[in-house]
Amino acid sequence: MTPILMNSYLQLGFYIAVLIALAKPLGWYMARVYEGKPFGLDRVLGPFERLIYRLCGIKADEEMNWKLYALAMLLFNFAGLLIVYALQRWQDFLPLNPQGFGAVTPDSAFNTAISFASNTNWQGYGGETTMSYLTQMLGLAVQNFISAATGMATLIAFIRGLSRHTAQTIGNFWVDMVRTTLYILLPLAIVLALIQVSQGVVQNFDTYQNVSLLQSTVDANGNVITEQSLPMGPAASQIAIKQLGTNGGGFFNVNSAHPFENPTPLSNFFEMLAILLIGAALCYTFGKMVGDTRQGWAVLAAMTIIFIALLALCVISEQNGNPAFTKMGIDQKAGALHSGGNMEGKEVRFGIVNSALWATATTAASNGSVNSMHDSYTALGGLVPMWLMQLGEIIYGGVGSGLYGMLVFAIIAVFVAGLMVGRTPEYLGKKIEAYEMKMASLVILIPPVVVLGFTALAVVTEWGKATIYNPGIHGFSEVLYAFSSQGNNNGSAFAGLGANNPFYNLTGGLAMLFARYWLAIPTLAIAGSLAKKKHIPSGPGTLATHTLLFVTLLIGIVIIVGALTFIPALALGPIVEHLIQ
Amino acid sequence: MSDKPKARPLFDPPIVRQAMIDSFRKLDPRIQIRNPVMFVVLIGSILTTILFFQAWLGQGEASPAFIFAISMWLWFTVLFANFAEAMAEGRGKAQADSLRRARRDTQAKRLHKSEFSTEYAVISASTLKKGDIVLVEAGDVIPGDGEAIEGIASVDESAITGESAPVIRESGGDRNAVTGGTRVLSDWLVVKITANPGDAFLDRMIAMVEGAKRQKTPNEIALNILLAALTIIFLLVTVTLLPFSIYSVGAAGTGSPISVTVLVALLVCLIPTTIGGLLSAIGIAGMDRMIQANVIATSGRAVEAAGDVDVLLLDKTGTITLGNRHATAFIPAPGISIEMLADAAQLASLSDETPEGRSIVVLAKEKYKLRGRNIHEIGATFIPFTAQTRMSGVNLDGRHILKGAADAIDELVRSSAGQFPAEVRTAVESISKNGGTPLVVAENSKVLGVIELKDIVKRGIKERFAELRKMGIKTVMITGDNPLTAATIAAEAGVDDFLAQATPEAKLKLIREHQAGGKLVAMTGDGTNDAPALAQADVAVSMNTGTQAAKEAGNMVDLDSNPTKLIEIVEIGKQLLMTRGALTTFSIANDVAKYFAIIPAMFWTLYAKPGETKGPLAALNIMGLESPESAILSAVIFNALIIIVLIPLALRGIRYRPVGAATVLRNNLLIYGVGGLIIPFIGIKIIDVILVALGWA
Repeated sequence: MTPILMNSYLQLGFYIAVLIALAKPLGWYMARVYEGKPFGLDRVLGPFERLIYRLCGIKADEEMNWKLYALAMLLFNFAGLLIVYALQRWQDFLPLNPQGFGAVTPDSAFNTAISFASNTNWQGYGGETTMSYLTQMLGLAVQNFISAATGMATLIAFIRGLSRHTAQTIGNFWVDMVRTTLYILLPLAIVLALIQVSQGVVQNFDTYQNVSLLQSTVDANGNVITEQSLPMGPAASQIAIKQLGTNGGGFFNVNSAHPFENPTPLSNFFEMLAILLIGAALCYTFGKMVGDTRQGWAVLAAMTIIFIALLALCVISEQNGNPAFTKMGIDQKAGALHSGGNMEGKEVRFGIVNSALWATATTAASNGSVNSMHDSYTALGGLVPMWLMQLGEIIYGGVGSGLYGMLVFAIIAVFVAGLMVGRTPEYLGKKIEAYEMKMASLVILIPPVVVLGFTALAVVTEWGKATIYNPGIHGFSEVLYAFSSQGNNNGSAFAGLGANNPFYNLTGGLAMLFARYWLAIPTLAIAGSLAKKKHIPSGPGTLATHTLLFVTLLIGIVIIVGALTFIPALALGPIVEHLIQ
Repeated sequence: MSDKPKARPLFDPPIVRQAMIDSFRKLDPRIQIRNPVMFVVLIGSILTTILFFQAWLGQGEASPAFIFAISMWLWFTVLFANFAEAMAEGRGKAQADSLRRARRDTQAKRLHKSEFSTEYAVISASTLKKGDIVLVEAGDVIPGDGEAIEGIASVDESAITGESAPVIRESGGDRNAVTGGTRVLSDWLVVKITANPGDAFLDRMIAMVEGAKRQKTPNEIALNILLAALTIIFLLVTVTLLPFSIYSVGAAGTGSPISVTVLVALLVCLIPTTIGGLLSAIGIAGMDRMIQANVIATSGRAVEAAGDVDVLLLDKTGTITLGNRHATAFIPAPGISIEMLADAAQLASLSDETPEGRSIVVLAKEKYKLRGRNIHEIGATFIPFTAQTRMSGVNLDGRHILKGAADAIDELVRSSAGQFPAEVRTAVESISKNGGTPLVVAENSKVLGVIELKDIVKRGIKERFAELRKMGIKTVMITGDNPLTAATIAAEAGVDDFLAQATPEAKLKLIREHQAGGKLVAMTGDGTNDAPALAQADVAVSMNTGTQAAKEAGNMVDLDSNPTKLIEIVEIGKQLLMTRGALTTFSIANDVAKYFAIIPAMFWTLYAKPGETKGPLAALNIMGLESPESAILSAVIFNALIIIVLIPLALRGIRYRPVGAATVLRNNLLIYGVGGLIIPFIGIKIIDVILVALGWA
């Protein structure tokens, strides 16, 4: 084994080991929070929690049925969306705008407001050249918390649907939001922000700093450049939650490739860990709350196996190098001086492995932050992030939303397999019947409709084609990537596509809106329906859903549905791009 | 079920002929719209037919021969699915026709009063109404479903049960229900009609079998939703492929976008036509299998629920044990030899025609070589059993031998100042404790000893229960016996639980308790007092010999009146669900291979370098199919033929073995999942080779 290969294995192995090791304690903690059992922090923050309820007039002990829960969720998210829109449109009249940025255009503000409400964090704008500090903090960072908490609350309501029986209600949305934010997201974000600051991530309200270049350079017009403007701002606080809450919207335009967002290998490790941490831990929370932790481990295993397989494909493709460079005679072999491989669009401080790992993790989760440019990946290396999004953002996925998406796939897997064992299918003792299948069908149907539909629209209309800067195969991949990202609430981009214009802002905004809420509503509907059902005790005749066999089946269903839906489109994008070389 | 003499061959020529005709009749869009998957195929067939005519007139998107071939095979796909359904219906109809023969219009002898009399009006059976009273005499056909209110008769019910041995029907008790279309062989009955014409049992049965009234079952509806969702996804995949290919052709600078014919071919290959085409056939065939097992379900829902059953309530007598108790031992009183006791017991039982009595004669003969004697030859007189004395016996040459329950004999002995030996009392108690029934024998007021009567557990039933346990089904024995007796038999038969001293209320309570725990309960019953429990149970099988009330309360009727049938019913229910699941898995898994055939074919020349005939995506043609046309055609042909190939599987149901869920799932995933991935690769390749060999592509 070459040292470079050894190095890759060690880093990847260490990352996954730490992730899985943390899943249990954090998952246990979150289960305590949601089950209302004592967990320590409630002693300290309990009075504050109750104060919030009093101030907001929340009746914490009154539970909601699924319709009310969904309504509260939608209204609250809509309010957040309006606030972010307003902040952007009027930021020039508001404080904390040292650079004096003007109002954001209506279509961009519309896109960004939806983007942050829906936990997508697609960014058609560049942060340091568009948004005031107030917009970043009060609008975007707040939405990072709210959209993450919304996903987690919806998941918890769904889990309650599974674990309760003959019940009408699935929890109180306001209580779930408050507890998620206060006891889970805030403490974790504070810890991570402090770690990031220790590594050199900025956190201030300063105006941008002009510094002299060490080595002067010449611009396109031949002018000698000796100075550079360095953007500042309250970045660390926003970056912590952007990673933890699978938001991914960067404070700066190049996101976590920027030295002020992600300065060191250590900061990189913690940010990567934060991407998948809550998503993985929620699997354990799920197992705990349904009274059988094996169920949680099984789902986590299915996710992790898919993740590792695709991670390997991405790392190997990138390490093998770029065929275009090979033709140019550029040395891409790993050696003593460099890591080798396809380093275009990657930071030297992260190298191949930590770039590819980030790219895989950020698209497995619906995070979408980047520390390298996915557009510059090899055809197969770029196929991995794209396909991970197209699978429906369920490999860990968005916090909350990833697991509820995966559980809907589990319901579909149980349905097909359950019939094969000769019983009406049941999951965790709940019968899966026509109503559940109707709602589950919506959940698997909507993302492909959005992704394929909008991509088709973009590649045949002049509005869409006008800003494809790489006409050709890669241009197709870029459009497909953009809508895969927005249609699954990821938010990362292939770039190379001019997306900040009315056509892409509008279609993308709608894609994000549909993908988020048209999935959350049927999911809550399933929760409501399952909560009402009786619990059937399991026996030798029931299909066990914690076994290796079931994990295999679940992986099979996820892969087959994902492959069958997107292979034709991928064939015209990354696959043909790979084969043509 | 394969050992049933009634099982008809899978492809009965007359049924096949009729099914072929029906396949075309079913092309009616109003029928097709009920099945969203096949409706899409129908639209595709029509579309490609139009495209063919357009090409024929010289302005087509591809060669007319190619479009014609695709179009033809799409039509075949629809026809094959129709054929599968028509075959299933045909087999059901054949069953119904044989039932209907029993319903030639009969005459009814309507009485004016509800008692036996010879004054009646002869009317047509079809004009009988509910509540009419009719007289049925030897040789008459019973004109409608009803209850015997007077008389006793032997009845030939072979028309509906297929069983040639006549059965007894009598007023009162649990054997008073009669079925229209059956024939009285001897004696007479006064019958109160309980069903209006067209509503009778036989009518409902025919309607069920014919599938005319067939409603989709809950699982079938849920599966249909999933299939519809998959169809929409694939519709979207193919529809968007057109703009994608237009873009790609623009980017490549050469070539032409995918033709509509090819897109339709891809769509039909991708949507789950295999399961979509066979789904209703599977449902009808499940019902048909139930009928071949001589069970009539009143709804498809009940058949499906049978597969879900968690708890079986089984009556002890007749189901777990042979109907009657058998003598197993003689225990003499002190000072009496065992031969003496056996001799006395046999004499006392010679005229006792009850099965218990006969078993005593047999035991004495087998164990002590006492030959059965003819009671008239030896000049004995029989003392019959009465409810008052609770004893029976014989008078012979001054010997007065009686046998009966311990307390009855005790009373008798006491009344003549005799002794009831303590040893005998001990023996009586120990027999009771072990689940047996003691019969005490006394001669001239002297106690001779005890006969032990025991329930005989049916051979093989224990293994059956073990199988059920593996399937996750709990068995509960229901008996009127005391708890001790019940426990002994329960242990011997290997049931999981028992309900002793069962009353109708206790049964009902037990069912409700299980249901409250989320379980599905199945039971059999025949008596009127079973009706509440039958109504409460999820799967309730009433015996055909049972009362009308029991039949009304249940959702299935077993024509053989065999309570063990419940186990078979559960198996048929499971098999129905398994067949659907297996074919769904197979259908979806098939798509992988079809992609490898069609995608390279669609983009065969896309992005080809100048001077080359194949583009980069042709590398995905891992099957090495000859040409784009042959690849697409092979996939479409495979897709159509697989429906025909799987018809026998759909009609028979997949093989069922009583093993745990995990094993069943693993086996079926291997066969239908992994098999479904691999088989189409082979099949498509073979078809391609044949097409090339025949020079058609």
